[in-house]
Amino acid sequence: MFVINCPYCGEREQSEFKAGGEAHIVRPKQPTELSDDQWAEYLFMRKNIKGIQFERWVHTHGCRKWFNVVRDTSNDEITAVYKMGEKPPTNK
Amino acid sequence: MKNKYSIFSLVKNAFSYHENWEKAWKDPEPKKEYEIVIIGGGGHGLATAYYLAKKHNLKNIAVVEKGWIGGGNTGRNTTIIRSNYLWDASAGLYDHALKIWEGLSQELNYNVMFSQRGVMNLAHNLQDVRDLKRRTHANRLNGIDAVYLNTEQVKKFCPIINTSPDIRYPVLGGTLQRRAGTARHDAVAWGYARGADEMGVDIIQNCEVKGIKRNGNSVEGIETTKGFIKTKKIGVVAAGHSSVIANMAGLRLPLESKPLQALVSEPVKPIIDTVVMSNAVHAYVSQSDKGELVIGAGTDDYISYSQKGSHDIVEGTLNAILELYPIFSRMRMLRQWGGIVDICPDASPIISKTSIKGLYFNCGWGTGGFKATPGSGDLFAHTIANDEPHKLNAAFNLNRFVSGDLVDEHGAAAVAH
Repeated sequence: MFVINCPYCGEREQSEFKAGGEAHIVRPKQPTELSDDQWAEYLFMRKNIKGIQFERWVHTHGCRKWFNVVRDTSNDEITAVYKMGEKPPTNK
Repeated sequence: MKNKYSIFSLVKNAFSYHENWEKAWKDPEPKKEYEIVIIGGGGHGLATAYYLAKKHNLKNIAVVEKGWIGGGNTGRNTTIIRSNYLWDASAGLYDHALKIWEGLSQELNYNVMFSQRGVMNLAHNLQDVRDLKRRTHANRLNGIDAVYLNTEQVKKFCPIINTSPDIRYPVLGGTLQRRAGTARHDAVAWGYARGADEMGVDIIQNCEVKGIKRNGNSVEGIETTKGFIKTKKIGVVAAGHSSVIANMAGLRLPLESKPLQALVSEPVKPIIDTVVMSNAVHAYVSQSDKGELVIGAGTDDYISYSQKGSHDIVEGTLNAILELYPIFSRMRMLRQWGGIVDICPDASPIISKTSIKGLYFNCGWGTGGFKATPGSGDLFAHTIANDEPHKLNAAFNLNRFVSGDLVDEHGAAAVAH
């Protein structure tokens, strides 16, 4: 269990949030032109990193807004929080 | 040839205060080259090595393990074994494993304490009732024993369950697979390790894989903390760390690794002689031979490799346990822990070749891999030895995420993932 600093509400317990998985996966601009392999990459394949991960969270039991978090998945330490549309704090 | 374990060997060793038992497996340093290297010394990995040696007559095999054998999810799960899965492909896979479990202690000459005490799955709402009935029919069509029980029959089979209609999620019925049960998790790893070792497999512990060396589109070997090991075939059975190994080879997998928690109580006298699982409220419980209640909680919904989960998950499970079993209200919990499970989008495993020649993956077992240990090892060994899947694991290939031919067991498999 850890605390997440919601950019809208401040520090809250993780149980108030829902994880949205890997961030910055761009939805295909022209879906009709994608091959099956490309669809599989977009839909299913994940980095599933052990280490620094850029990920999405939603404050389900709070403001219900989505935002991004940078967290080390090996020890659950959060190093940055930034809003949707903002640039990630370091090069990903 | 190893000494056979028997009542006679037990008596004989008692005379020397059990100080002269032969080591069950050696502790070798890695050789320069192996025909096949298995990454991951859990139950699945050791079983794979065992069947490669036994059924495919391959001799030059190593299992590399970063910690100690059976120290990962093999030693962290709630040891439930069942095969009451909805879809044909899953039923075939898990029942194959269950059939091997039934003769495993004899085959390995190692008591894995497989106990067919039955697994009961509860229904708490109308949709549960319909789903469970449907699954019972599907199971029986696949030759898997399954019966549907009404509330009174549930109460009769497990009298400590609170079947009052007034509880928050009343028990409306359940299914029972009598051939299902539990086994001793450590013994499975140790038994396979002993059997594999006897056939010449090198089990190398404290040996972490740091990289996979590729030559074009085929594998050449692995970099480890004990040096470079040359090999043409690599079988990865790394559970929660499968994606980490895949990244070393430049692959991505459809997996997310999440903490799954379990806990045990202080030991008490026999009180529950079966395994009861509840999908809707996510609580399952059985009792170990030591007398501890073994309770399984759910997964956290975020990716983590930290081997610890959230307290609210445990709290939710214990709420449900207390509602269903008021008799446990004063039990004290002794230990709680987390394991990292690799979950596929369709909650079914991957036992498959990859786009890289000589690289094979056995992963994605998610929250339910223990039950499949013998079958998984057998089928993965077949896949590696023949470079082709067995018909029972053909559906569990990596290509299903491209073709869309998923084996969707999410919610269908008698437990919520």
